[in-house]
Amino acid sequence: MNNNNVIEAQNLTKMFGDFTAVSAISFEVKKGEIFGFLGANGAGKTTAMKMLIGISKPTAGKASVAGFDVYKQAEDIKKNIGYMSQKFALYDDLTVKENIMFFGGIYGVSRKRIKEKTAILIEELGLEEVANQLVGALPLGWKQKLSFSVSLIHDPKIVFLDEPTGGVDPITRRQFWEMIYKAANQGTTVFVTTHYMDEAEYCDRVSIMVNGKIEALDTPKKLKQQFNVTNMNDVFLKLARG
Amino acid sequence: MSISVRHISKSYKNVKALEDISFEVKEGELFGLIGPDGAGKTTLFRILTTLLIANEGTATVAGFDVVADYKKIRNSVGYMPGKFSLYQDLTVEENLNFFATIFGTTIEQNYDLIKEIYVQIEPFKTRRAGKLSGGMKQKLALCCALIHKPKVLFLDEPTTGVDPVSRKEFWEMLKRLQQKGITILVSTPYMDEAALCDRIALIQDGKILQMDTPQAIVKHYPKQIYNVRANNTYQLINSLKAYEYNHSVYPFGEFVHYTDRRADFNPKDLMLFLESKNLSNVEIKKTEATIEDTFMELAK
Repeated sequence: MNNNNVIEAQNLTKMFGDFTAVSAISFEVKKGEIFGFLGANGAGKTTAMKMLIGISKPTAGKASVAGFDVYKQAEDIKKNIGYMSQKFALYDDLTVKENIMFFGGIYGVSRKRIKEKTAILIEELGLEEVANQLVGALPLGWKQKLSFSVSLIHDPKIVFLDEPTGGVDPITRRQFWEMIYKAANQGTTVFVTTHYMDEAEYCDRVSIMVNGKIEALDTPKKLKQQFNVTNMNDVFLKLARG
Repeated sequence: MSISVRHISKSYKNVKALEDISFEVKEGELFGLIGPDGAGKTTLFRILTTLLIANEGTATVAGFDVVADYKKIRNSVGYMPGKFSLYQDLTVEENLNFFATIFGTTIEQNYDLIKEIYVQIEPFKTRRAGKLSGGMKQKLALCCALIHKPKVLFLDEPTTGVDPVSRKEFWEMLKRLQQKGITILVSTPYMDEAALCDRIALIQDGKILQMDTPQAIVKHYPKQIYNVRANNTYQLINSLKAYEYNHSVYPFGEFVHYTDRRADFNPKDLMLFLESKNLSNVEIKKTEATIEDTFMELAK
């Protein structure tokens, strides 16, 4: 594996019976890159992502994530990545502090380091006043920002974000992306799915899945040139409509 | 007026979900409630569809009062909640039949209205609703909400979590329903969908921030917006935020939208500042405001 690649996938395939959910996809993601993973509902994004994070065995093909093989080293992958989704983020009936400590503990971060991290996180996110309140009482946008920070608590090489900003208000959505930029700038690789096409523009490179295959993969700028349109929404519409 | 809302307020314990909301929707209008999760959109829908009673204020739908005439409203409106609420263990066809029967009608009687949407899910009519894909569930839910030929259609976040292609198709369906004379109140967190409505209300934290046609809302944006870009977007955002004259700095696709506090702002000054921060390929150009710019300015 190329040292600079945090994800490498070659002909990665997943079948459910006769149905090919992911069909021989190949791509690489570099260290510190923000990689947008787009596609219509049902295109195979979630299935592909599940293989990459080590919770679903591929039917065929090869892939390594953070230097570990998806077949043989799935547990190592889980320890070395961060993950957050819109649906499951944090425990609503734990406080802000408890959630941070819980996830730090799960990932085997030392007590001392968890303590330091908790203080830093709470300060950075401006959550001092609600640190001892239940997460369930926080507005969605705050939860999502906290959830992203928590997914980084064990300093993973790569973080997978599955529609992290769905339903979030526009200002918070941007603050969230500023956090993504910051993490990427510090060398963390960000692998993100979204239905907001303006967010696709924030990515270094973008792949678009159609019916289980990656039909396009490039920088937003080059994709727009290739399809001769002015924004990523039009790229998406052109591709996904066939 | 098809929908008339006057000074509606609703609280849950200590949380004010809606605060003094008033607006009117004309017959045949496609009216959008635009706002993020937690803005109060669903509470408002539930009050207008007679599922919840407001603490204060009054409202009428299709000429009927939401409290006194609630039964008449239930016969005259279609409601598609944000959460999939059909019977998962009934098939597509059984669900549709069920809703038709409840409203004392048949699929045949109003087939014209749903035909265009129904043909897309008809191949799966013997499949249980719980086994449908997200897009198909959404189409079935719309059919069920339309089967009794409602005068007013309430759609609560019909496109949330839906990809851009399916979203576009959904809005094309809405436009065709509107042409058949149905009044539509639709909510969405996607600001780009606002432009597809006749009029919109921007809503956040239980209050209406602004209400008008999408064109007028954009036109009333108070400042000149500049599209700024440079070789490194993250550094660009940080530098713009550090610029003492900035009024707002928001990433917007491939650009950053920048507004300045000074009336006599000269982009050249900003250019020099950014270059002094070691940014290269700096570009600063005037641009038009979008609904999202307006929303953020009002919500600030």
